[in-house]
Amino acid sequence: MTSTAIPVTTRKDWTSDQEVRWCPGCGDYSILAAVQMLMPDLEVRRESTVFLSGIGCAARFPYYMNTYGLHSIHGRAPAIATGLATTRPDLDVWVVTGDGDALSIGGNHLIHALRRNVRLTILMFNNQIYGLTKGQYSPTSEVAKVTKSTPFGSVDAPFNPISLALGAEASFVARTHDMDRHHMQEVFRRAHEHNGAAFVEVYQNCNVFNDGAFEKITGRDVRSSMLIPLMHGEPIRFGAEGERGVVQRPDGRLEVVQVTDVGEDALLVHDETRDDPSLAFALSRLSHGPHEPTPIGVFRSVERSEYGAEMSRQIVDAQERKGPGDLASLLRSGSSWTVD
Amino acid sequence: MATGTDQTPEQLDRVVIRFAGDSGDGMQLTGDRFTTSSALMGNDLATFPDFPAEIRAPAGTMAGVSAFQVHISDHDILTPGDSPNVLVAMNPAALRANIDVLGKGATLIVNVDAFDERSLTKAGYDSNPLTDGSLGAYIVYEVPMTSITQEVCKEAGVKPRDAERSKNFFALGLVSWLYTRPTDPTIEWIEKRFADRPEVAEANTRAFRAGFHFGETAELFESNYEVRPATFPKGEYVQVTGNQALAWGLIAGAKLAGVPLFLGSYPITPASDILHELSRRKEFGVRTFQAEDEIAGIGAALGAAFGGSIGVTTTSGPGLDLKSETLGLAVNLELPLLLVDVQRGGPSTGLPTKTEQADLLHAMFGRHGETPVPIVAAQTPSHCFAAAIEAIRLAIKYRTPVILLSDGYLANGAEPWRLPDIESLAPIDPGFATEPNHTEPDGTAKFWPYVRDELTLARPWAPPGVPGLEHRIGGLEKEDGSGNVSYDPANHEQMVHLRAAKIAGIARDIPEVEVDDETGDAEVLVIGWGSTFGAIAAGVRRVRAQGKKVAHAHLVHLNPFPTNLGEVVGRYRQVLVPEVNLGQLSLLLRAEFLVDAQSLSKMQGVPFRAAEIERALMNLLGGA
Repeated sequence: MTSTAIPVTTRKDWTSDQEVRWCPGCGDYSILAAVQMLMPDLEVRRESTVFLSGIGCAARFPYYMNTYGLHSIHGRAPAIATGLATTRPDLDVWVVTGDGDALSIGGNHLIHALRRNVRLTILMFNNQIYGLTKGQYSPTSEVAKVTKSTPFGSVDAPFNPISLALGAEASFVARTHDMDRHHMQEVFRRAHEHNGAAFVEVYQNCNVFNDGAFEKITGRDVRSSMLIPLMHGEPIRFGAEGERGVVQRPDGRLEVVQVTDVGEDALLVHDETRDDPSLAFALSRLSHGPHEPTPIGVFRSVERSEYGAEMSRQIVDAQERKGPGDLASLLRSGSSWTVD
Repeated sequence: MATGTDQTPEQLDRVVIRFAGDSGDGMQLTGDRFTTSSALMGNDLATFPDFPAEIRAPAGTMAGVSAFQVHISDHDILTPGDSPNVLVAMNPAALRANIDVLGKGATLIVNVDAFDERSLTKAGYDSNPLTDGSLGAYIVYEVPMTSITQEVCKEAGVKPRDAERSKNFFALGLVSWLYTRPTDPTIEWIEKRFADRPEVAEANTRAFRAGFHFGETAELFESNYEVRPATFPKGEYVQVTGNQALAWGLIAGAKLAGVPLFLGSYPITPASDILHELSRRKEFGVRTFQAEDEIAGIGAALGAAFGGSIGVTTTSGPGLDLKSETLGLAVNLELPLLLVDVQRGGPSTGLPTKTEQADLLHAMFGRHGETPVPIVAAQTPSHCFAAAIEAIRLAIKYRTPVILLSDGYLANGAEPWRLPDIESLAPIDPGFATEPNHTEPDGTAKFWPYVRDELTLARPWAPPGVPGLEHRIGGLEKEDGSGNVSYDPANHEQMVHLRAAKIAGIARDIPEVEVDDETGDAEVLVIGWGSTFGAIAAGVRRVRAQGKKVAHAHLVHLNPFPTNLGEVVGRYRQVLVPEVNLGQLSLLLRAEFLVDAQSLSKMQGVPFRAAEIERALMNLLGGA
């Protein structure tokens, strides 16, 4: 709100005085640290930053940030954030949510915030379980998962959050994971820069109710062979020596191949700015769960008009056309008559 | 005045006219135009649009009948009238659906062209009421509205099928002649409204003139009538519906507070017109957000409130149920928020286009936990303006969600409104927090979001953007003062009491309830709230005209009650509470004041009639 230079800050300035109360060993700690350490680099003001959440373990996040914060109700954070972000374009509004909060009770609000392209940075911690309610399956849990509420295995097909966001017309869609601070920070930085709704899925380990859910792909020793880094303008390849890659078959299908089998030139070059989301969608379908090679990074980043800015533009237009609203004329906008 | 007749019109002091036809016949528009002409002539008036929920029910059926009732008079009136003196029926179904509300001796003007066998059957008539003698108690005028309209439009080159659609203007012209309304405003309106479709404008104008001239020349009518202007207090007047006045009140309230207005809303009948009206007023800086659902509507409004706007959400019927969760959060966050509930018939989808007052107890108690919310109720269409400002004032001053109750009858009903002096409206101080309000033991200045104002018990409103006031709030219980999450038992009890005391304390800040008791020794007190105001006041007048003594009080504030209410209801031997519900206010009065408040209930989707209030009062007085 002020025009003075942005003060230099450190992680400490962005850390609130509240004791962090996640379970010891929770993946949320490393995400919190990544965000708190990133904030000083973003050239933003604490007073102009808001962290907003719904309900769940992830939703405690705002209490730990020394910014403005709102811990709201289950699933509604994108809706509440829409009201805040559209009325206060001067603010940076972050939404911190989980897989249950964002995709189950709040699914409707999430998809509409994405399609409207409200300027929000949405971080969805996906641990494929309900943690705060002590261990029920979530809308991202794999089929046949045995939990407290599914003793014989769940029969629900899970959502693929990246596919869902792309289907909801999201203009920025990315994935990262809690084991790689550097990757998280780069993705968060990109998401924050995006002028519109940015959706980031963060694979997050719940060490109490779903420990090791992502270990097969994020573990230090397997990471290079199981995570497919998406880099704009680069051929999509992975493996310790970059020996594997992704090609697009004539029928449009994507496939993981040995680079030596197809030659480097045959590899698909990642273009996150493609207006047509179908290739990004195909990338999101490459993996059927955290047990096979899975793309991470920015799937899609396209420019389109931002909802709050459009709302403001209509107000400015109306004021230019009609002048600032005059209450006396408003009340006389129908026919009036005078009694003497 | 262009009445175009040599006859001297007969004087009437009042008349109630009901236009009825098929949903597609344009009856609402016809009624609305007649109302506007009458307003411009200076009559007092009240209207009652009565239409089905279906946009186009099967043509010609009872389900598809749409009606508009207007009461015009040369004196101050309070209701749209108990029984119409005139029914304009565009088809047999319109006649059959409305004949029961007509008084004996009333005038019937029917579109005789529509009384063919097929239409009669569709309406459920075994024989033609125009010929079987069943309408003997009425004065019936059979007018070939469709064929004359087609005839006059043919000359303008309009096809008969299109021309047929102008027949409502024929009816309007005829009734305008019958009650000596000026023709110019309607013709000017037609030209403006249909400016982009000149052939439609031409057809409607021709039909309107033809109807007017028919009355003049057909020698069917013995006379025409005049209802002279009413004597109004000096001032400038407009005709206004409840939804319109409410939307304007929201704009005014936000302006008085100097904060932006944000409306988060999901379309629902009959509240949608508030969204429509506000979405047209962007020059006032109003942001309207058509949300994905009712929950997002109030959620976005609350988000806007956190950011320093006055957040408003509007709803009706089942929409109110969906707001409960976020209302509870707003109570806990202690942020200004306004929920406007335009009540309609329930339960569930119920009667979407019909009025009811059955949401009072929901407004009072419809949330889990101890979750008090102030309630304000509008009592006439124009009062919606002041009620909206009052609701915003309370929301901002006490940092609380407020429920404003309107209903379908107020929302769509119209009346003349003497414009208030805008300059005289009291400003509302948003009182945003500007600096830290707490000192730590080590001397550091901090901002504590739940430090309360000693008088109002309101907490600071500190929208983001101010350095040093960064704070976190949420739906978990707060520690008194610091606002930190607290599960401490004693603190919870303290906070529950503080929230209750804050809302209860509003009683000190609202006017005492006024009692209309001419002699001060009335036998019976009639007490109401909301849109029953007109019918109760009219009923009370009738009873007084018979020499009886009755008192009337009407509540604008339903939570908390005015401080003198207990004394008022305890003062009378009998207390009668007419409500369009099963006795919700009477339940509250009994619980709060241990009085024998007797409920007079009506649950028909329509407002009380003055005669019903009169009858109930006479029964009580007779038994006294």
